Amino acid sequence: MVSITRKAEFSASHFCSNPQLSPEENRALYGKSAGPNGHGHNYVVEVTVRGEVDPVHGMVMDLKELKAVLEREVIEPFDHRFLNREVPPFDRVTPTPENIAREIWRRLSPHLNQNGRRLYSVRLYETPDLYVEHYG
Amino acid sequence: MTCLTRRYPFSASHRLHTDRLSAADNARLFGKCNNPYGHGHNYCLEVTVGGEIDPRTGMVVSPAALDAHVRRTVLERLDHSNLNTDLPEFATLVPTTENLGLEIGRWLRRDWPQICRIRLEETGSNSIEIEFHEP
Repeated sequence: MVSITRKAEFSASHFCSNPQLSPEENRALYGKSAGPNGHGHNYVVEVTVRGEVDPVHGMVMDLKELKAVLEREVIEPFDHRFLNREVPPFDRVTPTPENIAREIWRRLSPHLNQNGRRLYSVRLYETPDLYVEHYG
Repeated sequence: MTCLTRRYPFSASHRLHTDRLSAADNARLFGKCNNPYGHGHNYCLEVTVGGEIDPRTGMVVSPAALDAHVRRTVLERLDHSNLNTDLPEFATLVPTTENLGLEIGRWLRRDWPQICRIRLEETGSNSIEIEFHEP
């Protein structure tokens, strides 16, 4: 079994708040990230696919194809957007890094789990000092 | 299952030396790291907490709470310290990156057993990783 990882970046704005909580509770929970006008990050996403190496073409997955899926399903809809206002489901799901990574997983896995290989992990850097890893 | 990781830089000095070996053996084993007056590094510690995403908060763990815990248990002890002389743990134990990682893991997990992994970079080129349990 071999893992292959492709990295991509997108820049987006967001804020974190749960509409069922009071402004004070949101501020206590999310700190500065709760500001309703939003703020931005240069997100970095690393997508890892795991499988056997094909004996003919010597690959777990064609990186061109992985790049194209990532671009179409994630980068194009997320890049230079205000996640809470423009990218469902973040109009109703708080765009914490955990929830963004889970959404990226949800968007990618149907396109990657085939021919014996499967999506293994989505790592999302919100800043160089904070990242999450989602394993489905 | 989701893991959240935060990175924390700190700076410290150390010397790799053990009284169980001769001066010549220490010099052979540890090389420049055995120079008698010690030397320093910009370390970087990664701390990982794993679990399910809380549906109320959308988080596995509050980064602010994790920061406070790491600051109190690790950074206040280690940042701008001399590991050999300022930390009783290293009075006899060699402060290699491996041993430092094991000590940091003990400090961190005493109150927070949900910490499932740490990674410690001694320099940009050297790092160790300890997995305490499956996330």
